[in-house]
Amino acid sequence: MPFNPHTDEDVREMLAVIGVDEIEQLFDEIPQSLRIDGLQSVPPMATEMEITRVMQERARQDGSKLSFIGAGAYEHHIPAAIWQITTRGEFYSAYTPYQAEASQGTLQLIYEYQTMMCELTAMDVSNASMYDGASAVAEAALMAVRANRKSKSRRLLVAGTLNPRYREVIANITKGQGLALEQLPCCMEAGNTIPESLQRYAGEDFAALIIPQPNFFGVLEDVDALTDWAHANNALTIAVVNPVALAVLEAPGNWGEKGADIVCGEGQPLGVPLSSGGPYFGFLASRQVFVRQMPGRIAGRTVDLDGKPGFTLTLQAREQHIRRSRATSNICTNQGLLVTAATIYMSMLGAEGLKRVALTSVARTAQLVEALTAVDGIETVFSGPHFHEAVLRLDRPVQQVLDELAHRGIFGGYDLHRYYPELGHALLVCATETKTESDIKTCADTFRAIMADARVA
Amino acid sequence: MTEPLIFEYSRSGRRAVAQAPLADSEVAIPGRFRRSKAPMLPQVTELQVVRHYTRLSQLNYSIDTHFYPLGSCTMKYNPRACNSLAMLPEFLARHPLAPEEDGQGFLQCLYELQEMLKSITGLHEISLAPMAGAQGEFAGVAMIRAYHDARGDQQRDEILVPDAAHGTNPATATMCGCRAVEIPTLANGDVDFDALERALGPKTAGIMLTNPSTLGVFERRILEISKKVHQAGGLLYYDGANLNAILGKARPGDMGFDCIHLNLHKTFSTPHGGGGPGSGAVGVNERLSPYIPTPLVTRGDQGLRWVTQGDRPQSIGRLSAFMGNAGVLLRAYVYARMLGREGMPRVADFATLNANYLAKRLADAGFTLAFPERRASHEFIVTLKKETRQTGVTAMDFAKALLDHGFHAPTTYFPLLVPECLLIEPTETESKETLDAFVEAMVKIRETALQDADKVKAAPVTTPVRRLDDVRAAKQLDICWRPGTN
Repeated sequence: MPFNPHTDEDVREMLAVIGVDEIEQLFDEIPQSLRIDGLQSVPPMATEMEITRVMQERARQDGSKLSFIGAGAYEHHIPAAIWQITTRGEFYSAYTPYQAEASQGTLQLIYEYQTMMCELTAMDVSNASMYDGASAVAEAALMAVRANRKSKSRRLLVAGTLNPRYREVIANITKGQGLALEQLPCCMEAGNTIPESLQRYAGEDFAALIIPQPNFFGVLEDVDALTDWAHANNALTIAVVNPVALAVLEAPGNWGEKGADIVCGEGQPLGVPLSSGGPYFGFLASRQVFVRQMPGRIAGRTVDLDGKPGFTLTLQAREQHIRRSRATSNICTNQGLLVTAATIYMSMLGAEGLKRVALTSVARTAQLVEALTAVDGIETVFSGPHFHEAVLRLDRPVQQVLDELAHRGIFGGYDLHRYYPELGHALLVCATETKTESDIKTCADTFRAIMADARVA
Repeated sequence: MTEPLIFEYSRSGRRAVAQAPLADSEVAIPGRFRRSKAPMLPQVTELQVVRHYTRLSQLNYSIDTHFYPLGSCTMKYNPRACNSLAMLPEFLARHPLAPEEDGQGFLQCLYELQEMLKSITGLHEISLAPMAGAQGEFAGVAMIRAYHDARGDQQRDEILVPDAAHGTNPATATMCGCRAVEIPTLANGDVDFDALERALGPKTAGIMLTNPSTLGVFERRILEISKKVHQAGGLLYYDGANLNAILGKARPGDMGFDCIHLNLHKTFSTPHGGGGPGSGAVGVNERLSPYIPTPLVTRGDQGLRWVTQGDRPQSIGRLSAFMGNAGVLLRAYVYARMLGREGMPRVADFATLNANYLAKRLADAGFTLAFPERRASHEFIVTLKKETRQTGVTAMDFAKALLDHGFHAPTTYFPLLVPECLLIEPTETESKETLDAFVEAMVKIRETALQDADKVKAAPVTTPVRRLDDVRAAKQLDICWRPGTN
């Protein structure tokens, strides 16, 4: 038994204290008919050395290729210190900080995180995290329905340019509570939402309008006009943003006349590895007036018996362990460890470092687009201003080109066919600060060779 | 023993990381989209960051530093190999949308984990997608609803929940648009069977049960309960919070449960991380298989591949943008392999041995067990009602005093129906010496309470801060730092 301290003598002594002869007797309240005799289909015990070999082989098998995929998860450089500190046992193996006096490290870190997120988003309050970006938007939608006193509606308007997987998750999570999503059209020239297209909904009752910035295509939305439209029509504005982009782009709190009401998104770009999709973390911030409708944990600063400053979880009356069926959400465990990494990442980079990451990524993507559109059979699709992703159109089905690229060591991007067939042979590409000019050249050369090849064939 | 905020180390112009410099003018972002005011993030050096967060970590109690007998949380040792192997560079670098062919090693781990969890739970199919226990619960109740809906049984919107249940159970019922109906518990810790029977009816969607329950005892009439619920047309949901107690000994599928969630961050020892990430894999029997959340991993002609909504049109769908907490699943996989078929039942053996030993030692020392005539499962409840009456010292005071003895406190005031309770779960990775020292600390605290109650009420005194003013925290809300506020 790999992790148990009990010696045979310990076991004998412990059984004697309990007053039974063998451990087996301790299970005598389980009906005999329910007892099983072992787990034969589970593999036998592996030593650390054996499982290390297995995992190393599998990791090697997966390898890693030069990747230009974004679509909701982004490859950024993660300074070495981030995860060395994050995986310190005192952070890694601590529980939720319910016993505040024994959890000041985690609590202060959450307070610092909340402050940083409020700064990035220009919101008043932030919670301590949600599961991921998609589920954070779903919770934001539910929160908006509760919080919007001017609306009785359970309908929400959603930009058609929001990550389609997010739209699926919002629908799947809010369905039970009867929320309905109305999808806005996307301008096929610019690649974003045309504020005028909202006019057909004027006078209708919606709880909120969900706006991504940048949107799924990497295109910037006219967030000022969209926010003002929402407010003029008694809807709240939910901003879905990339936190790295916020180093450069206007903070949602300053969108339009009054600013967005709820801000959420995927925290992964802040020092969290891609890791096949998780664990990441969702962030959720809002204006002060909505704080009591917020789901999830919140850390607050207070004083102890001696008047010394300290931290504790607060406003817990919103949460499931107090309010049970009337809680703002069922969320309990969140993504604390990833918040730890993100807080250290934001501290390490600061506003200037984060801005450089953002701007370098924008520049690299622009270079990538330039290099790829110089290849015969590749053109840009949208005219709107871009952040660090762009949509390209090929003269043939995207998947076969991606397959061929992968054979040659490159992940060329994300095929948009499944979610946006109306865009034709469309490919979403991304280059962050991790890509060099030579990477971009390699990518373009490989595209060129494949496109030329296939044409010959 | 306090540490300033990271913002207080900040000095204008100080930097930690040299990123490739790039002039703004080279980048084509129109001015109207640009940020008007830079965010106030810290301006500090790398050393300052490392020192600050290392110091913060040292203010925490954790499994790696302290005995952490937090009931219902299974704070067992998190083996280091699980972390380092999940963090191999290729695993970390893999993009979630990278082709399946380039992730066969990763998918193989997930596939095998699904298979192992099937045999552990006795269920037909596993989805590793849910990101925490509460999301697993959500998936379970959403599947139950989808099942009734598909049969035209839409009026079934009541979810029965024992009054001892974790708060996420009733909260989940609400999230799914159902109504939670509470079922009382008998004095012996079993669910009140008669009350349950009365609550069943044409509106019953299902029941959510934890077994062993949050009271630390096995629900002995589980087979009768599942029969009754099924007869009434409802389904049974198993909350896997306490699976550690029966790992390799009994299976929820055999008890008649239609779906379950497992907390991989409890039973399979993935880290709690100061609040998360968790991982709430769900299991279903054949009846609920069509509704299982996606993605899951299956073996196809070309190797392993994702099962998506296209393959399962009736699925309740995806609950995250990608694949749940993938890296947590790798950690759970490594742990499961290191236990193996021999180790898993031993987890239940030693977790149960430790709980029963500690319960008996505390009872022998004069403490009152909430269910003295019952076997403890992997956890048990001490009620300090007597001590509170005698001395005025409450369960919370005991909890705080334990911190001064170098122990994290047990779960306090949960379940809500036992007065002045401590829910104690030692887990299988603690030694007899540690358990003995815990008993000694409890005895000492009681002695102090009898002599000088105020002294216990003043605890803790050795922690970085003393008891915090929670009322002030909520009334004078300070949840975001602004310059000039300290």
